[in-house]
Amino acid sequence: MKPEFVFYLLVFPGLLFTSVLGLLIGWVDRKVTARFTYRVGPPLFQNFNDFFKLLGKETIIVKEGVHSLFIVAPFIAFGVMVLISAIIGTALFYQYDLGADIIVVMYLLMIYSVMIILGGASTGNVYSSVGAGREIKLLLADELAFILICLVPIIKSGYQIKLDSILMAQVTNGAFIGSFSGLIAFIIGILCIQAKMALTPFSIPEAETELVEGPLMEYSGPPLAFWKLNQLMMYVAFPFLLILLFWGGFELIGIGILWAVLKYLSIVVLMIIIKNTNPRIRIDTALHFFWKIATPLAFIAIILAVFGY
Amino acid sequence: MGWYNKRLAKSIWVFHMSASPCNNCDIEILDLLTPKYDIERLGIKLVGSVRHADVILLSGVINQKVAPRVKKIYEQAAKPCFVVGVGTCPSGGCCFNDSYNIVEKREDVIPIDMYIPGCPPKPEAMIEGVAKLIGVLNG
Ligand code: SF4
Repeated sequence: MKPEFVFYLLVFPGLLFTSVLGLLIGWVDRKVTARFTYRVGPPLFQNFNDFFKLLGKETIIVKEGVHSLFIVAPFIAFGVMVLISAIIGTALFYQYDLGADIIVVMYLLMIYSVMIILGGASTGNVYSSVGAGREIKLLLADELAFILICLVPIIKSGYQIKLDSILMAQVTNGAFIGSFSGLIAFIIGILCIQAKMALTPFSIPEAETELVEGPLMEYSGPPLAFWKLNQLMMYVAFPFLLILLFWGGFELIGIGILWAVLKYLSIVVLMIIIKNTNPRIRIDTALHFFWKIATPLAFIAIILAVFGY
Repeated sequence: MGWYNKRLAKSIWVFHMSASPCNNCDIEILDLLTPKYDIERLGIKLVGSVRHADVILLSGVINQKVAPRVKKIYEQAAKPCFVVGVGTCPSGGCCFNDSYNIVEKREDVIPIDMYIPGCPPKPEAMIEGVAKLIGVLNG
């Protein structure tokens, strides 16, 4: 293993960069949400305060359930999130391949969902178990559409599965979002991400009003802090993945830096707007949407991509 | 632990526990989250699970039926956790003072750290109470 790998993993664009950016973007989320309801919203470093406060609180381990799983799940999920962001980030910022391709990213995302399910189900709490069950159903709903839209950039880049080759194909031929298939896949991708992050139209597993945060209900102290951090790190990893797959990556020289920030913020703000203007849907509506609308559309995008549109 | 207390003071997550109130205080508590008062600008957030809470907002006289539940919920909270009695009910019993079903000693059920009197207290009074709690935490 080369020494740069440690730097990629722990500092930039891995652990440190993603956590700090995630906590800052969490502020954007709360601020924009507050402005939507004509409120003022929290101060800039609110999420940092929340995180450090939770680190110092007591960890309660419930009597029933599987204790080891309960404690270990948030930390494995955190490790998975760091890996994902390091893989995506190195491809995006250094055009460098960390030895992993898009299939590995899909697997890691799946492991993250499984960790939520295991962590929620390990407590023996009714609400947590219902939340974990809903997470499984949501995973079943969005996974197929997500895999299909990931096929579109693979096909368009001439059947490359390495993240840096997909990026290079876009640098030479223009971003995939400019084509019909790329645009359809990008839109479905945003909705899939919304479901994977459990944001509001698909916040079915964590429904605050009925399930009191679902799988996270029994967590307190540092494990809860890491769950919250994981959720915020997804605000970094997923938009980066979309930019990498469809929007031609970043060009970090001169005016390109401004464009990079704008690209990233526009995706995040679009997600927040979708989150704030939609009610939470039922699980059968979500299944209906993903299986009967999003997946066929993704198929159409693949067919268009095969024919070069 | 001055540094930690400052973090805690800036990020108070409240859990709302109603122990047989007349329900008016609960409505006033919810007023704190509305655009006019917007307590999130002080970092305060309403959470649904007591495991996440730093402050329990207790409203109402604690009657015999809810007393064991109140005790159980308090024991489930992750410490440090403060209890704020909202309204005159938790401190003085208010208009239910002589009822037959009130527990004799509320202090035995749940240790209340701070009272915000009023029937119901205005949201401004509650914000002032919270600000005082933050002042205590900041030392
Ligand atoms: S203090 Fe007054 S308003 Fe509040 S619960 Fe008691 S009786 Fe109702």
